[in-house]
Amino acid sequence: MSHHPESDHAAGDGQLSSHVREVIDHWRAKFPEGRQRSAVIAALHAAQHENNGFLTSDIMDAVAGYLDLPPIQVYEVATFYSMFETRPCGRHHVSVCTNISCMLRGAEAIVEHVERKLGIKTGESTADGRIFLKQEEECLAACTGGPMMMVDHVYHEYLTPEIVDRILDELE
Amino acid sequence: MSTGDDLLNVEVDGVPMKAPKGAMIIQVTDPAGAYVPRFCYHDKLSIAANCRMCLVEVEKAPKPLPACATPVAEGMKIFTRSDKAVSAQKATMAFLLINHPLDCPICDQGGECELQDLAMGFGGDVSRYTERKRVVRDKNLGPLIQTDMTRCIHCTRCVRFGQEIAGLPELGTTGRGENTEIGTYVEHAMQSELSGNIIDLCPVGALTSKPYRYSARAWELRQYDSVAPHDCLGSNVHIHARGNVIKRVVPRDNEEINEVWISDRDRFGYEGLNSEDRLLNPRIKQNGQWRDVDWDTALNATAEALRAAAPEKLGALVSPTSTTEEAWLLQAVIRGLGSNNIDHRLRQRDFKLPYAGGQFPGMNTALPAVEAAQSVLVIGGAPRDEQPLLNHRLRKATRRGANVGYITARQLDLNYPATQIVTPAGSLAASLAGVAKALTDAGASADGAATALLASSNVSEEQRAVAASLRDAQNAVVIVGSGAQTSAEYGAICAVAALVARMAGADLNILTDGPNATGCWLAGALPHQGAGAGKVSGAGRNAAEMLAGGLDALVLLGVEPGLDCAGGDGALGGTVIALTNFASPELAQTATIMLPIASFGENEGSYFNIHGTCQSFDAAVKPPGDARPAWKVLRVLANRLALTGFEFETVTDVRAAALSAIGTATPLQAAAVDLPAAIPAAGNGVALNTVVPMYAGDPLVRRAGALQRTGHGGDDNIRAHSATLVGAGITDGQTVTVTAGNVSLTTTIVADDSVAPGTVQIDAGRVATAPLTAAASVGLKAEGGTNA
Repeated sequence: MSHHPESDHAAGDGQLSSHVREVIDHWRAKFPEGRQRSAVIAALHAAQHENNGFLTSDIMDAVAGYLDLPPIQVYEVATFYSMFETRPCGRHHVSVCTNISCMLRGAEAIVEHVERKLGIKTGESTADGRIFLKQEEECLAACTGGPMMMVDHVYHEYLTPEIVDRILDELE
Repeated sequence: MSTGDDLLNVEVDGVPMKAPKGAMIIQVTDPAGAYVPRFCYHDKLSIAANCRMCLVEVEKAPKPLPACATPVAEGMKIFTRSDKAVSAQKATMAFLLINHPLDCPICDQGGECELQDLAMGFGGDVSRYTERKRVVRDKNLGPLIQTDMTRCIHCTRCVRFGQEIAGLPELGTTGRGENTEIGTYVEHAMQSELSGNIIDLCPVGALTSKPYRYSARAWELRQYDSVAPHDCLGSNVHIHARGNVIKRVVPRDNEEINEVWISDRDRFGYEGLNSEDRLLNPRIKQNGQWRDVDWDTALNATAEALRAAAPEKLGALVSPTSTTEEAWLLQAVIRGLGSNNIDHRLRQRDFKLPYAGGQFPGMNTALPAVEAAQSVLVIGGAPRDEQPLLNHRLRKATRRGANVGYITARQLDLNYPATQIVTPAGSLAASLAGVAKALTDAGASADGAATALLASSNVSEEQRAVAASLRDAQNAVVIVGSGAQTSAEYGAICAVAALVARMAGADLNILTDGPNATGCWLAGALPHQGAGAGKVSGAGRNAAEMLAGGLDALVLLGVEPGLDCAGGDGALGGTVIALTNFASPELAQTATIMLPIASFGENEGSYFNIHGTCQSFDAAVKPPGDARPAWKVLRVLANRLALTGFEFETVTDVRAAALSAIGTATPLQAAAVDLPAAIPAAGNGVALNTVVPMYAGDPLVRRAGALQRTGHGGDDNIRAHSATLVGAGITDGQTVTVTAGNVSLTTTIVADDSVAPGTVQIDAGRVATAPLTAAASVGLKAEGGTNA
């Protein structure tokens, strides 16, 4: 295969650590030749993890260059999935589920409480860079424990304002 | 094609019919005349099934099914207009209109909008939607395409076009749900040479033409059939004119040539018509001063100048943008005055193409057959810039598994995988001879002369691979690019290409400049043969010989000497009579008489494309000012010169006479070409490669504002491989003087590793570089440095 013409302007894979490149190689090997688009999600996860939880265009270009894809196909994936951030954000990712089960159990009040407590709206980060309140999350499949929220990939269920305060205050 | 076994029985709206196995419902209902509404489905693109507009009812299916993505099955009963189908279509339409703005009165698409049309047919009268509509920020996609992204309905035709047709995925779908947007994410201008086609594909007013914006309404336009005036394929176009002004150019379907596409050059080139230097009156220069005169005075002065010239010192240069009728008339005038000095091969420097004549240099392989080829070798030139829709066919061939190889003096930026053998300018024939040698090594039969010719050729691994691919292919194609014409070894390139084609059992194809080099050739705008390859007594001077000067009188038909020809216009002496669309300062300097003629869309006539297909067209608008179609000017001029045989009333009369003189048109066959006298060896000094940039090839495109703003119009810099710079002790960005004979150019040198080592590259079609374009090799000297 020739190098893809559109990935020429990519920043090169110099942006990617050897660990990230290893992860990408690992995932790329799982798919048939020419189907490297399938490895984009795993590649972005690894790259985002090493960049304080968000992606820059340079990093996405580097992923595109490394996978020999047109950069737009990486941008599409990064902007589609809620687990990828394309702007700088706080250290701890907090997302409150507002889908139907949680909503019926008072999720909206929880979101309001978090917003008031942190002084930010969903999608924003605190000025000290400590907490990033992601968008209202779609169902995280913890309906039995609603209302619930996810903090740095950990589920917290049966939330009340008091429980929320305790969890958020413990974040460094 | 389908045999009886591949056909299924289906029923569309109660009418029984046969349908090919594997076809989608919409591919059966369309030919049957049962219209199914659609936005995302397009014949030439992959199936996305995301707009849901084409829902139809199928018997026994619990829900309506998308016609574009549901394959037909035996006994399937399809209902396109049943209550269930129509209610599903109406529901989809209501959803699509939720976020679509009601700005049709200020939308350029209004009146020719698929959404508007289908909303009329399938939309409700009153919206039940009262919430706020979303707004999407517009994207800047460069000078050609205007965006109004709030209008986008996410059909993704433009995205699929980029991936599947342009081969350059620039647009994508970012975000999700209500936040979905079409865009480039990181702002950049569209780079594809076919980008304008997304304007036609967009079913709404999200992507529209920037140059055309707000200048007319669809219902005010009249549509005329025409032929694109920039490359030799003869793409079919519609001209849309309001009153006497050409407003835009769009494709006209022709599966054999352009399918449903046109290049950006063919789409936006018309903008050049309104250039400020458009010549509106006949003009004569007296004592160094130009003054406007009437046609009578101008034609008498022209006739006088032509009569005063000794026949052997009378000549004519014909632009390959001229119609066949014009070329035929002009050669008849020149020959009527006793001269054979006429040529249209303006950029050519080498005329030693060894064959008997008769057949014209052209393509033997039809474009659909190019697409079906298994192996293609292109020598010289860059089809992606020069014939974008030929490049599109090559790309389609690679997608079917074809091997494409290039022998080129610069690494080309391609949108498909290809083997590129990059070789210094001046060594293309030698490199090609390596492929020929590899073919003989592999057992291709070669006579003694061919064996002797190739005796000293070396074969690289790449050349061996290209040869093997050509030999093993069922359908192999050899193409000499039009850019090869600027090479000093052009004749040898064509001859060795013919040898390779013979040995590999491939078709020979030779590409030419402009839209009608074939017609000019056939009509006899050549020094060595008349119309229909008619014999002439004593060959006249070819283009290069005429450009070297020494003529008493020279007629230029649509030619800007320094920009359309090899070599500058400094040497042209005597009386220069320019039949021209434009009066550039350089032409005003060179010419003595300027006669304004009709340009694209204003002219009537016919073009022969590179396959020898004759396509006629009428004028869409009148030429501006006092400009006249050149065929009329030449006809009257012949009368003034008292030449006989010019009693034509209409262009149709001229065409009939020209076509009968031309007879049949056969492209040059590989078997008709002799061996070259020798394989040219690399010359002394640094080889010069002259490249015609995508938007610099003819006077019209050089004046097309939006195309020039894309940056593909070339520049005055000189380019060389960084290794060449190191060898010459020159640094990137330094000012250098390039010398060839008695001409020189002082300019900036740019390191560009796409240029073959040992070669420097300049852009043609530029005033500054014009004097150098006739040179084969140059001396290079850094300002304040030493010779290299």
